[in-house]
Amino acid sequence: MTGLSIDKLSMRFDLPDGGHVQALQDVSIDLKAGELLSVLGPSGCGKTTLLNIVAGFLAPTSGVMTLNGHTITGPDAERGMVFQQGALFEWMSVRENVGFGPSMKSMPKNDKAEIVDHLLDVVGLQDFKEKAVYELSGGMQQRVALARCLANDPDVILMDEPLGALDALTREKMQSLVLKLWKETGKTIILITHSVEEALLLGERLIVMAPRPGRIHKEYRLPFAELGVNADLREVKKHEDFGPKREEILNMIWDMEEEIMGTKEDAA
Amino acid sequence: MTGIFFLIIYVAIFVGSAFVVTKLLQKGIRDYTSLKTVTFGDESAVTPNRAAGVISILTIFLMWGVFTGSSLLPSFLHAPGPFKGTTNFTYTAQVEGQAPDDAEVTILVHPRSEPAEAPEVAPGDGFAKNDSIAIAQWRTGLVRVDKNDELTKKDGAKVIAINGQKIAPGETVKTADGAVTLSDKGTPNFEPAKGWQMEPLYLPAPEQVWSRSIQILQEGFRNFTLLEHLGFSLFRVVVGFILGAIVGIPLGYAMGLSNWFRGWFDPIVEFMRPVPPLALIPLVIIWAGIGEAGKIILLFLAALWIMAIAARSGVSGVKISKVHAAYSLGASKWQIMRHVIVPNSLPEIFTGARVAMGVCWGTVVAAELVAAEQGAGMMIMTASKFQNTDIVIMGIILIGVIGFGIDMLMRAAEKYLVPWKGKG
Repeated sequence: MTGLSIDKLSMRFDLPDGGHVQALQDVSIDLKAGELLSVLGPSGCGKTTLLNIVAGFLAPTSGVMTLNGHTITGPDAERGMVFQQGALFEWMSVRENVGFGPSMKSMPKNDKAEIVDHLLDVVGLQDFKEKAVYELSGGMQQRVALARCLANDPDVILMDEPLGALDALTREKMQSLVLKLWKETGKTIILITHSVEEALLLGERLIVMAPRPGRIHKEYRLPFAELGVNADLREVKKHEDFGPKREEILNMIWDMEEEIMGTKEDAA
Repeated sequence: MTGIFFLIIYVAIFVGSAFVVTKLLQKGIRDYTSLKTVTFGDESAVTPNRAAGVISILTIFLMWGVFTGSSLLPSFLHAPGPFKGTTNFTYTAQVEGQAPDDAEVTILVHPRSEPAEAPEVAPGDGFAKNDSIAIAQWRTGLVRVDKNDELTKKDGAKVIAINGQKIAPGETVKTADGAVTLSDKGTPNFEPAKGWQMEPLYLPAPEQVWSRSIQILQEGFRNFTLLEHLGFSLFRVVVGFILGAIVGIPLGYAMGLSNWFRGWFDPIVEFMRPVPPLALIPLVIIWAGIGEAGKIILLFLAALWIMAIAARSGVSGVKISKVHAAYSLGASKWQIMRHVIVPNSLPEIFTGARVAMGVCWGTVVAAELVAAEQGAGMMIMTASKFQNTDIVIMGIILIGVIGFGIDMLMRAAEKYLVPWKGKG
């Protein structure tokens, strides 16, 4: 069985004052190899917790996750991760950052150099190979992060708001790049985002999560990612279904946010 | 009085040069900052004025020269010096039943470095005879005016006036080149005018410090050459620091990575950190004596806690996303240590090393002040005991220069070895 299977995942944090937070409750997702899933939801709905559990940084209080048939118990190179920002190693050059995964596996130098060169071509940073990462712009840094993740050839790529800190123009370019890489490499990708538009554009599948307890609220299958692989993303946004879907999801999230605010007011 | 005069000159140079440089000389400069209208409160608009720095240093030497009568300065720039030469005053002695009699006291004021005999004077008439005395500059002299008189204190002779001005014991009368104070026992005490210069005993002139430095450099001091003295101090600092770092850095890492280590060593480190290393000197002397071992133990202790804390906070400062990224790129624990934690903590460790080197340098000088056979601190302490102020000042300048040099070296090393500092 290939793909990522998440079965009835629950996560409960006990608080020192005796209470607890139900960060996730009975979250089940089945993801086939090569699918791109975006996860959307208001703050505090457990998106990042979910991603950390899948990455293996947190152990769930209950539930099972399997990748290609074996159970996930901890972090592993089969599940690569791209963070929002600041996860590059600033003491290494761009080349060394991208080659980090292969170096950890003691890959022969020539093989490693080949992979790094290829990926730097793919993300368009060949000219910045020997630069220190802190000399690059935010968009370039995220391209390094993508290349670093791909260099390890993981089965699943987990993205935790990788484009969240970028300006609107850079972000649009990066969205195209993510789609291109997805199609070219055929990786399974889980993308967490705050942006409804980004979730619609990139998610072949889209999950909207609801808070307290964190759970799956609604699931969509969307055509836009496929369209976006070959077309300009701005054209995709003009698609007749795009606007209504965006409104629908925005309203959904607005309602959830209002609900949270409302309960807060009651508590006060 | 001299102090106020000094301060006025200093402030005058400060204000005057500020006016001359900024309003007259640098008036035409038009850079980006000069176009800012808001500069008060804009930290980035404040940069050290290079000219001010140069003038500041020159002013220190100028003031030093002015108030020590330095031969490097033309004499019209000197502050008024102490009186030198021959002067005199007249005293009036009285014995009951006799008319008061005047006599003259001739005083030869000579530099301390040129001893002189009291000048010969004619005795004069009356029962009070003329006296003479030689007094060194900045010193005072009791003039036992009655010792050659026909009627002395035993006969009830008393000094009642100086230069015609009435005087009683404890009172002072100014004369042309000094002042006369009558002691409690009625003997005049002459104090030559001191001028506004510092006595060489307190502050030698710059050229004197310079020539003494050359002399010490050539002849050595107390059986060791100057370079040996400084070398011993540096050697102790380097060895103590390296030992402290060798133990402290792994300890800090262990405290940053293990609950048990953190719990075990936290109370020790947190207690020892605020203890000034100087406070350990007595104990270290009791335990290890005043030789090299004691000094190195002291410096080891001075560096140890600083390095341990620097390494600990270096580890704590690793962004969890970097560690997570490394794990999901397939790194083992050891690889994370080697490729993520160590490089990420290096900037903190370098900051700690700079602090530790500074503390060690201060501590070694203090330890040498207390007891040592050789070293920069021992040199100035011994010189101080013999009132060789020039050696003390030379030593202080050298200690400052070396301390500054150490910091510059550490900064250069930091820039070269951890260029990513503050860039994460």
